[in-house]
Amino acid sequence: MRNPQLNKHGELQHLLTLDGLPRGIITQILDTAAPFTEVAEREVKKLPLLRGKSVFNLFFENSTRTRTTFEIAAKRLSADVINLNVSTSSTKKGETLLDTVDNLCAMQADMFVVRHESSGAPYLIAQHLENTGRDHIHVVNAGDGRHAHPTQGLLDMYTIRHYKKEFHNLTVAIVGDVLHSRVARSQIAALTTLGVPEVRVIGPKTLLPTDVEKMGVRVCHSMEEGLKGVDVVMMLRLQNERMNGALLPSPQEFFKVWGLTAEKLALAKPDAIVMHPGPMNRGVEIDSAVADGGQAVILPQVTFGIAVRMAVMSMLGSH
Amino acid sequence: MQLPEAEQLIGALAELMRPHVSPDTCLVGIHTGGVWLAERLHALLGLSQPLGSIDVSFYRDDYSAKGLHPQPQGSKIPFDVEGTHIVIVDDVLYTGRTTRAALNELFDYGRPSHVDLAVLVDRGGRELPISASFCALTLPEPLPAGQNLQLERDDSGALTLRLIHA
Repeated sequence: MRNPQLNKHGELQHLLTLDGLPRGIITQILDTAAPFTEVAEREVKKLPLLRGKSVFNLFFENSTRTRTTFEIAAKRLSADVINLNVSTSSTKKGETLLDTVDNLCAMQADMFVVRHESSGAPYLIAQHLENTGRDHIHVVNAGDGRHAHPTQGLLDMYTIRHYKKEFHNLTVAIVGDVLHSRVARSQIAALTTLGVPEVRVIGPKTLLPTDVEKMGVRVCHSMEEGLKGVDVVMMLRLQNERMNGALLPSPQEFFKVWGLTAEKLALAKPDAIVMHPGPMNRGVEIDSAVADGGQAVILPQVTFGIAVRMAVMSMLGSH
Repeated sequence: MQLPEAEQLIGALAELMRPHVSPDTCLVGIHTGGVWLAERLHALLGLSQPLGSIDVSFYRDDYSAKGLHPQPQGSKIPFDVEGTHIVIVDDVLYTGRTTRAALNELFDYGRPSHVDLAVLVDRGGRELPISASFCALTLPEPLPAGQNLQLERDDSGALTLRLIHA
């Protein structure tokens, strides 16, 4: 079966997940993003690549950072950006997802940036476009359920490559609520594809998916064991809004055991970097002293996110 | 066709430019051949400003037909464009579309006082109203469209012109 993200020439048609995306395409996205970082330093922060194209930000779930950086990325490529606040729209009146898409296609959409609480929603849209012969329209997954958040995974890879240069000699730890995290799934897929020899996941058993080892990671049930000697610490947000039942005693208890403090970070390599996809819960998964400290690269992640999203959209929009 | 010696043309081009540049003139080479050429001209003319480079991948007018160049190099303009005399440097002038793209990109950095174009060879075949301010060699007959003339650099840094039949 053909990879649903690639067209018949092997080019990126949609970006739905990093799981199964060829290493060459991931590397091409990272390489393309590099020169886009420089655009922010110009007098005119715009490139003409998507001039005349319409990008629809279709967010069925709240987001500030992701939606804003997608919007900035599309605007720096000269696209027209339409933000749909779906909570106040036709969906509330009973319109189906694909009817919404068809209506936006009738408004000459060229690209959909989709966030949805249901895993697979962006894939459903991509399939619908393909089945109806509209292969000039592209879909970017901006986060679907617990499944994937590919542009976050890519910007994390860009950040790691920026600070560490290579992937083949790294030990990377992913810490916290892996169970509910689409970010973690995208990170693991990208890290293993790019050849990181050791990816560790650290967290309480209740917040790790069953069979997480099958994703090619080493499971650590203590911070001491998991952080020892790592090059990169990737923190995850504790997703209170996705918690059902008693997975955790309390946020304070979580911080005591799994929160990243300066003492715990000292177990990692001295030049280890600390990442977080945001929004941060200070004092829950990360201590303020670490979040604001010299090893944190959390704000550069946000800036690199714009260039990475520009790279994805310009590669999609070129065919 | 007997191809001219690139090294001789570079010297001739520098002499054409010399009366028209000041130490504050800034050179901007177009990737890839134009950057090599600009490095040589920069040394020959004894210019003081750092060298700029432009990769026109993001400004090409055939983006929607040909797609994005797989490995764009990005542009580096390490000086203030505002009010500056700039010479765009390219190895071969052909349709003029690359020059058009480079001009568009340059103006996104600021408003230069004036802009010149220096090329090693004008091969004819213009599709836009663009001409070189300094040109070391104009081919007597335009090259056929299927042929590609480009600058190459060997390990020692020596530059040669090569004709490629598509």
